[in-house]
Amino acid sequence: MKTTRNVLSLALVLILVMLPAFSAGSKETTLGTVTLKLEQFSGSEATLSGAALKNMIAEFEKQNPTIKVQLQTIGYDDYFTQLQSKVVGGNAADVFELNYENFVAYASEGALADVTKLLGDTSGFNKTALNAFNYQGVQYGVPNSFSNVVLFYNKALFDRADLAYPTSEWTWKDVEAASKKIMALDKNIWGFYRPLSFHEFYKGAAQNGGSLMNAERTAFTVNLPQNVEAASLMAGWQTDSKIMPTEADMAGMGDWDLFKSGRLGMLVTGIWAFGDFTANCPFEWDIAIEPGNVQKATHFFSNSYVVSATSKYPSESASLARFLAGSKEATKLRVEASWELPPVTYPEIIESYLSITPPENRQAVFASLDYLVTPPVSAQQAQMQAIIQSYLDQIAFGRMSAKAALDACQKELEAKISL
Amino acid sequence: MSIQGRRGIRVALPYLLPSLFGALLFAILPIVISLFLSVTSWSGMSRVSLTDGFLKFVAKNFVGLDNAKAILSDGEFYRALSHNLYFIALYLPLMLILSMTCALIINAPKKGANVYRVVYYLPVLTSWVAGSLIWKWLLSPVYGPINNALELFGIQGPMWLQSEIWAMPSIVLASIWKDMGFYAMILFGGLKSINTQYYEAAHIDGASKVQSFMHITLPLLSSVLFYVSMLSMINAFQLFPQVMVMTKDGNAGPNGATMVMVERIYKYAFRYGKMGYASAYSWILFVIILFCTYIQKRGEKRWVRYDV
Repeated sequence: MKTTRNVLSLALVLILVMLPAFSAGSKETTLGTVTLKLEQFSGSEATLSGAALKNMIAEFEKQNPTIKVQLQTIGYDDYFTQLQSKVVGGNAADVFELNYENFVAYASEGALADVTKLLGDTSGFNKTALNAFNYQGVQYGVPNSFSNVVLFYNKALFDRADLAYPTSEWTWKDVEAASKKIMALDKNIWGFYRPLSFHEFYKGAAQNGGSLMNAERTAFTVNLPQNVEAASLMAGWQTDSKIMPTEADMAGMGDWDLFKSGRLGMLVTGIWAFGDFTANCPFEWDIAIEPGNVQKATHFFSNSYVVSATSKYPSESASLARFLAGSKEATKLRVEASWELPPVTYPEIIESYLSITPPENRQAVFASLDYLVTPPVSAQQAQMQAIIQSYLDQIAFGRMSAKAALDACQKELEAKISL
Repeated sequence: MSIQGRRGIRVALPYLLPSLFGALLFAILPIVISLFLSVTSWSGMSRVSLTDGFLKFVAKNFVGLDNAKAILSDGEFYRALSHNLYFIALYLPLMLILSMTCALIINAPKKGANVYRVVYYLPVLTSWVAGSLIWKWLLSPVYGPINNALELFGIQGPMWLQSEIWAMPSIVLASIWKDMGFYAMILFGGLKSINTQYYEAAHIDGASKVQSFMHITLPLLSSVLFYVSMLSMINAFQLFPQVMVMTKDGNAGPNGATMVMVERIYKYAFRYGKMGYASAYSWILFVIILFCTYIQKRGEKRWVRYDV
């Protein structure tokens, strides 16, 4: 008797303790208002983008009084791990942010809702950006921003070395020549920085007339002669012409810090650096379209808002996504916060973007759009990138020649990644 | 079972239930589920429910031993395993020697011994992430105190975590700093259980300190030392937080120098979208650890003396 009473009381305590675990997130309050959960990583409180996003949400709620939006911001480094857990558990937010590289993985797993018919009029969106989030003919998301990578240069150093500023016609040879003159100014000054990373390599290959995949994206072409030449030229900036510091030379300093300290002549990095450089560069700087080798090629980075396949309110979620990404009000707020580029074609938005300086040559950002290359994507994106990066590291560390490394890379990709 | 045994269990059961429940839900159940997942091709990114059609899901995505075969035929597995073994080869002897030294220091009947007990045990209490970040700074090639101190002696310090050769030794250093206090405490307990009469007798017979250490302390401590070495070997195979925090993400370390088993499991499960593959990987790791522990257990008869 005593034992059963013990067991019963224990069971009661256990149930009471476990009770909170059984309450699912409430989605609908009374009075018919709908609460949508929004999850994102690109707008942060550390820059103006966080406030801009809050204003965008406030404007949406004003225009849609029956919808309330709950925002959750998670840092980029942790975002995708926790997103995966939420998707697997069926708790994904109604609207969440995805970057271009992870989009294919989630779309192919059926985690996203089809929003083709729910987005309404999408004529204001940039076509390339909109198509990037179309998977096998179905529109799964709407681009909320895009950015690319340009050549930043330190005007003060160019003046000291008596050099003409980079133009849109520059090639790698011009960069090397200018770097040598800039480095002659002082032994602590470097000419150029552009590491042999996955993102820089697929672009460098394109700038040399090559490509990592065939046009249909059905096969890898990593060891094309043009790619091999690009890889050895790029690695050579550290080992042969020595215009670029190695990791040892950097001594723990980041590339942006090196540029801001005035010790780097030219830097290839993203336009998201505008805010930081504007605030922290004690010298004049400007940008130019990134120089290619046989042709120009520039990056295309885009983030999107997608709707979860398990959302109870797909059409409200789609209209939230569409508003934040492409409405006149939201894109105006985005431009004012220097929060990358809105993916729209409205002339007044473009004008207001161009009118903000520095840099003077903001036109180069739009001119770069003519030379966009999209990264090689597959459903096994992270693994593919890691494999390619490991072989690029071998080249950069001098362990393997460019030809041997890319041949081995091609073999490993064919064995492990299915396209 | 005797009557007392059965009654004993009936009395004890209600008190054991909470812990049993926790162990079942958070340890046993996930292990069983991961066994099921290891024979599927699940990516880890789609919705799966445990209570609604789980077995049907397993049957639909069943790939049998393909995951295990793919793992064992991939050079990367052997590379990660060799890095684990390299870590063990450096870590285990150093750990045994240093924790033994540490235990002897704490055991010494001196006034300051209590302070040392706290000082050596503090690292054990810190979180691995905090400890790793501190070591990352300590080992910084240009700004870190270690290289700056070496410079005072005229030695050019290596690139530590950025160097292919020194990356793993750096991890070993940090791991020893963290775990030494824990094992020293265990050995300290063992030291305390040795009868001091043995030392007195040896002293009378004219044995030196080294001789009494070699012929009294070590043999009498052999069972504890065995336990410490088995525990640290199992831990070494599960090397993970230090690697993730201290070395470059992506391929773990400069040119993959610190790529280890659990790091691979994590990458496949949470970055590369291959949860089934990663589950198979962790079961293979389990078999390896089981095998090594079995070998050690067999050696126990030869190495450990219980006859005192």
